[in-house]
Amino acid sequence: MSDERLVGIVLVSHSAEVAASVAALAKGLAGGGPAVPVAPAGGTEGGGLGTSAELIAAAAASVDRGAGVAVLTDLGSAVLTVKALLAEGDELPEQTRLVDAPFVEGAVAAVVTAATGADLAAVESAAAEAYTYRKV
Amino acid sequence: MLDADFFRRWMTVTAASVNREAERLTALDSPIGDADHGSNLQRGFTAVTATLEKEAPGTPGGILTLAGRQLISTVGGASGPLYGTLLRRTGKALGDAAEVSAEQLAEALRAGVEAVMTLGGAAPGDKTMIDALVPAVDALGDSFAAARTAAEEGAVATTPLQARKGRASYLGERSIGHQDPGATSAALLVAGLAEAAGE
Repeated sequence: MSDERLVGIVLVSHSAEVAASVAALAKGLAGGGPAVPVAPAGGTEGGGLGTSAELIAAAAASVDRGAGVAVLTDLGSAVLTVKALLAEGDELPEQTRLVDAPFVEGAVAAVVTAATGADLAAVESAAAEAYTYRKV
Repeated sequence: MLDADFFRRWMTVTAASVNREAERLTALDSPIGDADHGSNLQRGFTAVTATLEKEAPGTPGGILTLAGRQLISTVGGASGPLYGTLLRRTGKALGDAAEVSAEQLAEALRAGVEAVMTLGGAAPGDKTMIDALVPAVDALGDSFAAARTAAEEGAVATTPLQARKGRASYLGERSIGHQDPGATSAALLVAGLAEAAGE
């Protein structure tokens, strides 16, 4: 497995702290996680709560190693902003996908799976599967 | 026929009315949202007018596409991608014609509204901007003034509805009795169209 080909992961939250913490948590819990390119894109550019298209685009570019980029989001406007960027066509790296997954559990599953050198489809389905983990 | 100047005017007068009404939009967003709709849109439309002053595309489609791009990147809340998609799709549907007819604008705006419905998954009656935009597009065949009236009536008609989309939907029945801020700002956008046309 080569670092160059690992799937990149972008974590979009309304809060810079949440995005950064979940990124650190996912990398910390994933054995081979430190090698996985993970970038948080939290809050607005001014440091407030919200979603920034610029921060998302920059984060996606920074984790693109040519194997695709999986984007996980938290609430409403984060989802809409990523969808709108995808619809633009040229704002995000080729092979960028919005992954339908719970934010924290999905991020951990995505990073663990990406660390094995899995492709984008495998990372996406691992993250989505996190929805099936019931707590009660 | 409507030329690039008309579309620049539309964006400028809308930015001015968003500025004027920002506090009211935020007040509407306080009980059922996160109290930032006015300031978010104000930031977005200020960026739109600043960009159009610097580089003004020479076609109606070019102006709306650029304005939409600005809204997506600067608003920071859900209204950014929603309004941004509305203007971009409308702009793309207009293509690169130097002038368009009112009928072409109505048709393009319908494509824009449909793109917003797809993006947000909202339908008429969900207490969103769609409740002002759909009647406005339907009335646009008559006149810009009729579209403005239809959008304003559509916004007022969201008051008794229960929100099914966005943050307000978490409130369930408690969202009833409040006019939707997104439908209210959408009515401002349509009113801007009528104002740009001198109606």
